[in-house]
Amino acid sequence: MSKVITITSGKGGVGKTTTSAAFATGLAQRGNKTVVIDFDVGLRNLDLIMGVERRVVFDFINVINGDANLNQALIKDKRVDNLYIFPTSQTRDKDALSKEGVARVINELRDNFDYIICDSPAGIEHGALTALYHADAAIIVTNPEVSSVRDSDRILGMLASKSRRAEENEAPVDEYLLLTRYSPERVERGEMLSIEDVQEILSVPLIGVIPESEAVLKASNTGMPVILDVESSAGIAYGDAVARFLGEQREMRFLKAQKKSLLRTLFGKA
Amino acid sequence: MMMSIMERLFRKRNDTASVAKERLQIVLAHERAGRTAPDFLPLLQKELLSVVAKYLEVEDEMIKITLEKAGEVSVLEINVELDKARIRKSLPIAEKPPIETKKAAVGL
Repeated sequence: MSKVITITSGKGGVGKTTTSAAFATGLAQRGNKTVVIDFDVGLRNLDLIMGVERRVVFDFINVINGDANLNQALIKDKRVDNLYIFPTSQTRDKDALSKEGVARVINELRDNFDYIICDSPAGIEHGALTALYHADAAIIVTNPEVSSVRDSDRILGMLASKSRRAEENEAPVDEYLLLTRYSPERVERGEMLSIEDVQEILSVPLIGVIPESEAVLKASNTGMPVILDVESSAGIAYGDAVARFLGEQREMRFLKAQKKSLLRTLFGKA
Repeated sequence: MMMSIMERLFRKRNDTASVAKERLQIVLAHERAGRTAPDFLPLLQKELLSVVAKYLEVEDEMIKITLEKAGEVSVLEINVELDKARIRKSLPIAEKPPIETKKAAVGL
């Protein structure tokens, strides 16, 4: 059975596209035929994060309007088998995502893929609501910070009332919390909400904790999903999150503050 | 919900995280309550007001409607504040209120 997973947050800049790229890549690496769709019409960025920006010919809106078919628009990843990128339009506005058009495309993708990852735009407007409408599961990307937690709560409300599953009285969308940009050092100093704090407030099962990591920016600089950087804490943490999503038991890592050795302090290597 | 006195006393000097948590819990409790209110409540309030206004001179803010969930039961509470209400001099002719209501209204 094909599954639609929406990566959402309400707030911008918390790591939705980074997470979409990582999850899609991780699921494909494990042998699942996966497509990742950019729903952020007019602000296309998934192509850059996936490193396929020079291979975009047709986009989501072209397919909705019937100007191109799916096979012409899907970009096959060159690093990982089973992985396809579906870019959005950079020129049109968000209203170009018609309800019927999106439903038709999603249903066609359901026939051909195991996982359909929807990278939601920020906000609670048409684009974000369209991205969450077809969700079977949702990953709520949240930073341990007041505005992000509040917006995540708002998006959880939307999932419970505005998704297709809610409208058609089906089983509710499976919700998972992914905490990103987590800094155990700052949590220990009482400067940052802890995992337990955020979980207590949002009451959503935790799928992973991604530590604040320089690897995320480095990966986006080069157009490589950070999950492929298996040396980095963020890459490893994303790998764990994907494994948990697929039902594996894995302990959370990188939750304790690193004790800086004298040498590290002297030479400033984080 | 509120932090215990002990927690407040022993809060670290730079512990801004617990302030964040407390603020979030309060604001979200408020926002969630508003979110679950069904869309028809404002309309219900307006229509009830127009019915009551046929008999009594009432202002908008004198009617309060809340819908609260307690376990499996939902309670629809309608409060009409009558302290300042005055009985209308000209009651609708076709639908005169029953005698008892009139008696009760005299006491207002």
